[in-house]
Amino acid sequence: MKFSAEKLNKVKEIIARYPEGKQKSALIPVLHMAQEENGGWLSTEAMDHVAELLSILPIEVYEVATFYTMFNLKPVGKYVFEVCRTGPCMLNGSDNIIEYIKEKLSIREGETTPDGMFTLKPAECLGACGYAPMMQLGKHYREHLTKEKVDAIIDECRRNAANNN
Amino acid sequence: MKLLLEHAHVEGIRYYDTYRKHGGYRSVEKAFKMTPDEIVEEVKKSGLRGRGGAGFPTGMKWSFLAKPEGVPRHLVCNADESEPGTFKDRYLMEFLPHLLIEGLIVSSFALGSHATYIYIRGEYAWIVDILEQAIAEAKNNGWLGKNILNTGFDCEIYVQRGGGAYICGEETALIESLEGKRGNPRIKPPFPAIQGVWMRPTVVNNVETLAAVVPIINNGGEEYAKIGVGRSTGTKLLSVCGNVKKPGIYEIDMTQSVEEFIFSDEYCGGIANGKRLKACIPGGSSVPILPANLLLKTAKGETRYMNYESLSDGGFATGSMMGSGGFIVMDEDQCVVRHTMTLARFYNHESCGQCSPCREGTGWMYKILKNIEYGKGKLSDIDLLWDIQRKIEGNTICPLGDAAAWPVAAAIRHFRDEFEWHVNNPDEAQNRNFGLAHYADPIHIPAGA
Repeated sequence: MKFSAEKLNKVKEIIARYPEGKQKSALIPVLHMAQEENGGWLSTEAMDHVAELLSILPIEVYEVATFYTMFNLKPVGKYVFEVCRTGPCMLNGSDNIIEYIKEKLSIREGETTPDGMFTLKPAECLGACGYAPMMQLGKHYREHLTKEKVDAIIDECRRNAANNN
Repeated sequence: MKLLLEHAHVEGIRYYDTYRKHGGYRSVEKAFKMTPDEIVEEVKKSGLRGRGGAGFPTGMKWSFLAKPEGVPRHLVCNADESEPGTFKDRYLMEFLPHLLIEGLIVSSFALGSHATYIYIRGEYAWIVDILEQAIAEAKNNGWLGKNILNTGFDCEIYVQRGGGAYICGEETALIESLEGKRGNPRIKPPFPAIQGVWMRPTVVNNVETLAAVVPIINNGGEEYAKIGVGRSTGTKLLSVCGNVKKPGIYEIDMTQSVEEFIFSDEYCGGIANGKRLKACIPGGSSVPILPANLLLKTAKGETRYMNYESLSDGGFATGSMMGSGGFIVMDEDQCVVRHTMTLARFYNHESCGQCSPCREGTGWMYKILKNIEYGKGKLSDIDLLWDIQRKIEGNTICPLGDAAAWPVAAAIRHFRDEFEWHVNNPDEAQNRNFGLAHYADPIHIPAGA
């Protein structure tokens, strides 16, 4: 993975937000960009590219990438269902939603469907407790989940994938 | 009484023109006619307490900021809202982004921060766009950038996205993360006010705290202090979730009783599905859970109110805390053991791993709670849990250890019978339908509610 010229400009713009010599501060924002560019996960190659751009050691990137939950260090499906299961969501039936997704997609927690389409990643509190149960899908939240809504989301993802190919 | 959410339902309030039309950015105009010290004085007079959870007086925090010659200072807005049950900052940023930007400009001027950062939890990805758009609008209209309103004051606001770590809500972990490192909290002292981000003096404040600076400057600190009760001044945002009819965000002046807040139609509207109130965690998952009887009345039999002092009346033995305002309500069918298990899993997942009592202890607590929940526990496990939480509390660099210990302690303190029931009825505990906590002693709604 290598950033395009446009993305490289964005990286420069982010680095300019910090004092001279403190470009390491750009690490997490740039890792988000790299993950997006690399199909939803961070390969060693992608992380090394980021290290080079920020003039820091690869180990400084690895130690950060392994710390933060949002960075995937293994390939994931095209659509990642991050279903919250912490207390407030649990009170509103998130366990049933997770069970339903497992059954419907025939995968276990943390697994990806064989067609590479869906990954189920149980998540800890995402700050949508009043609108539980919920999941994060890409950039946005899907809230007030029911089995019917899960069905509709799966259909929607399949349709989008078909249209994009 | 609404100060923050006064215009929340105005169509288009997210955008600059509408926000300005409704009195937006007046506090900046007013603040620029004051000296920075005068602004700090107003905030002190207001009695505003940090809205992130700890409740530390904001004016005092500001007055601790070191101002060595030639060293830049920074204001950092803590938007890493991650405490289970808490989603108020998200609401403010999503629907009233300019209120935060306005508060940030005034506060940056007061503290002398020329580069101010909003550290937002990475999952709020779409809110980053909303904030950046609002910042661009503010800049285009002359409220940010160089020589703002010809005052000679320069200020830029940047949005920094986190990577998904609860611990980064702790201010020194947030600073580490902003520097591009793992979110390991620092040993204090030195406090951020002396050595914060890039070893420069730094103030870290919660989103709601910084938004509250706007009405404080507009109306004056003394006026703000008249709202509320005692040392709980001003208004507080509550994010309500769990089993109530109307979950969501409420702004209160802290004079309401807990009973009114839960059962009146103006607020939560009562318990959902005609069920009864069993328990509540009133200030985010870290604060002690209270059974219904101790929630509505203090141990002395007095009415409990929705403010800092009243919610903590009785200490941890019979009280709780206002915390972050994450109000989690549980109905009669909910299982305290299972709920506590999910919280233990949460803290185990979120422990940064720096201190052994927290790194190891949170994992042990989760394992033991899982055993009890799934009918594999022993009676001695309950005492073991108590022992572990006691050894975590106070023995870690940052408060995550305490935050992990308190929910377990309070659950055992008030619901020991449910833990024992799980141990004594392993088959039932394992096979029961989820949500059917038939062993729970239902607590009735008090008369008049």
